[in-house]
Amino acid sequence: MTTFPGFADPVLDGQAAFRAVLQAMSRPGLVQRLPVPPEAPPGLSPAAAALLLTLVDATTPLCLDAGAEAEAWVRFHCGAPLAEVGAADFVLNAPLRALSPGNEEEPERGATLILEVSALEEGAGWRLTGPGIEHLHRLRVAGAPEGFLADWAANRLRAPCGVDVILCAGDVIAALPRSVAIEEG
Amino acid sequence: MSGYNFAYLDESTKRMIRRAILKAVAIPGHQVPFGSREMPLPYGWGTGGIQVTAAILGPADVLKVIDQGSDDTTNAVSIRAFFRRTAGIATTESTAEASIIQTRHRIPERALREDQILVYQVPIPEPLGRLEPRIAETRRMHAMADYGLMHVKLYEDIARHGHIATSYSYPVMVNGRYLMSPSPIPAFDNPKMDRMPALQLFGAGREKRIYAVPPYTSVKSLDFDDHPFRPIRAPHACELCGSRDTYLDEVLTDDVGGRIFVCSDTDFCAERQAMKEAAE
Amino acid sequence: MYVATKGGERAIGAAHAWLDETRRGDTSLPEITAAQLAEQLGLAVDRVMAEGSCHDRGLAALAVKQSKGDLIEAAFLLRAYRTTLPRFGASLPLDTDRMAIQRRISATYKDLPGGQVLGPTFDYTHRLLDFSLAAAGGPRSGPPEAEASAEATPRVTEMLAREGLMQREASIEAEPGDLTREPLSFPADRPLRLQALARGDEGFLLSLGYSTQRGYGGNHPFVGEIRMGEVAVEFTPPELGFAIDLGDITVTECQMVNQFKGSRTEPPQFTRGYGLVFGHGERKAMSMALVDRALRAPELGEASDSPAQQQEFVLSHCDNVEATGFVEHLKLPHYVDFQSELESVRTMRASVEKTS
Repeated sequence: MTTFPGFADPVLDGQAAFRAVLQAMSRPGLVQRLPVPPEAPPGLSPAAAALLLTLVDATTPLCLDAGAEAEAWVRFHCGAPLAEVGAADFVLNAPLRALSPGNEEEPERGATLILEVSALEEGAGWRLTGPGIEHLHRLRVAGAPEGFLADWAANRLRAPCGVDVILCAGDVIAALPRSVAIEEG
Repeated sequence: MSGYNFAYLDESTKRMIRRAILKAVAIPGHQVPFGSREMPLPYGWGTGGIQVTAAILGPADVLKVIDQGSDDTTNAVSIRAFFRRTAGIATTESTAEASIIQTRHRIPERALREDQILVYQVPIPEPLGRLEPRIAETRRMHAMADYGLMHVKLYEDIARHGHIATSYSYPVMVNGRYLMSPSPIPAFDNPKMDRMPALQLFGAGREKRIYAVPPYTSVKSLDFDDHPFRPIRAPHACELCGSRDTYLDEVLTDDVGGRIFVCSDTDFCAERQAMKEAAE
Repeated sequence: MYVATKGGERAIGAAHAWLDETRRGDTSLPEITAAQLAEQLGLAVDRVMAEGSCHDRGLAALAVKQSKGDLIEAAFLLRAYRTTLPRFGASLPLDTDRMAIQRRISATYKDLPGGQVLGPTFDYTHRLLDFSLAAAGGPRSGPPEAEASAEATPRVTEMLAREGLMQREASIEAEPGDLTREPLSFPADRPLRLQALARGDEGFLLSLGYSTQRGYGGNHPFVGEIRMGEVAVEFTPPELGFAIDLGDITVTECQMVNQFKGSRTEPPQFTRGYGLVFGHGERKAMSMALVDRALRAPELGEASDSPAQQQEFVLSHCDNVEATGFVEHLKLPHYVDFQSELESVRTMRASVEKTS
């Protein structure tokens, strides 16, 4: 059991959060604010909690290492079965290369990495190009894991297979679909 | 509507569709299989588009539904009424006012914006289906990006007719990787898909596939250097608004050859007529 | 002056009102009830339950009434309702060994333990219109009553299997897939194929089954056994940990026995085609068993050139709700695409006329 709540309005908050994720995934590098649950459980940022409520359920194996309180909250509100990192559809905070990239016939089986960082800011930092971006989007990511950009370059080489990333900080997100190219700012 | 969830679908179905949409956006042009549900409207009548719209729609959205470019065709009227009834959302016939446009067989003439989403109803998502009906086989061809069969088919067209004889559902390459069916829009509309600022989502309910083109993504109609792609339209002006660069419907006015041509996009045509009147 | 057609919404409303009126028909006649349909047109209701893949006689009868007797439309209504229902879990596999038999026949043995039970069948009726049914009659005399036999009714296929002459089915521990949740992908395993066939259109399966008899993928079938009757549906709630009986449903099961010449790894023996449908649906169960066996051709190392043996062809086209939707969608307006074809044909003709 958990005493921490889910969305105040599961239907409409879930819809609004999904649209923010869709917008983020369609326009890589643009920062989106999510509706978040009134209080996130210890171990999860508000945005990560909102993403799990929006995308994860009993049919999606999930890998997270965020402590017992967060696990109990996920079990109660999402019902997701917990899995090893390589077998999970959704993974919270793990090295990019450990996730399943799908296969050539089913690249959609490539997993989604939810990565908590300390801050996201548009207009400076990494230079993003690719589908969803008219010319160039810039995204400053504070607190990305060491070696992330090298891992990302390797991820791109597996196209159309690969891992898609949703970065979270506080109550905002930005997405990096596998199709986006990133250069250091 | 009591007894049903907002926008008809239950939340776990919406989540399943939403996950498929996100993967579709991340892999432009790739058909993502999804657990398409039996909808209260028949397969082939827009169940894919309806499921996509139901999964993305929120109370703040304004929905426009067109069929053949027109808001007034019976199936467009029926789908619009379905969402008014199940989601209580605002609907419009104006392309400019809509945040979500669900369409069958046309792309609106007015250029779409970044804050809009275009949802296509798709009968046959597989662009290679007429050449190779086995899905297990076409899936392998997409995995290998093996599209020689389609080039051969188009080339045979040219050898026989002097030009490519496909006039709708004209196949496109998306982001230089996946061959994609644009749905049965006239080839005239294909160029509008290229680098469109709006997100384009495609739903095939009976065939259980979702695919997408993110904004500003390259969408190229297949062609050859010596036989470049040419959009076709009837070489006339619209009888009502005078437009010479829109897609026209041919309307028979008698049974002895009388005919006129009018814009297929009824909202665009009405706007132009109003502007003309205001100017006079 | 040309004005585009308007008023779609009004036209639709009027069409629906007219439909309601024709459904009711002549109001000087009493209105039929769903309960009457469930009792007196029971085989139509059974077919709708099978193809609607939802066991509820009352709802299926309502669907038959609402659809004016269009059984595919009725199956569609039931499917669209079914898809909105929450899922509590999966029942245990039905145990048709323990069926309360109403009908049980075997074509492979003259007599067998448990006996041949004809049950309520059309088989030996003379197809003469019974004009006495045209008049609303009083109570008819019922069938003679007899004590239910307590004798067990072992399956023919099991008796053959004990002799080593019938291939045993592989037991699959994994939970079977669910084609209503995950789209079919090919090749589909047998549990998924059987699911698709159980929901499939009776007419389509009948014709495919028939085609195997006429040499298109022939597999020399014998009706090992057809049984129809009531079986218990059992469910194990996770919080209880033991199975509880949810009630009985009527099903029809057909096991076809087919010769198999053997392979490098298996001796010559008989193999099985299996059919199971909700309600009394003998024609469908038999057709399903023929097609099931035909679809096993690749795994048995047989040639698979005939339509009934090609699983992508069979499974992609057996669903009548999908098929009717897509065939009937052709009556939606297609004038935009037609216009593009018109222009294309005119261009081609112009270039032909120029060159000649």
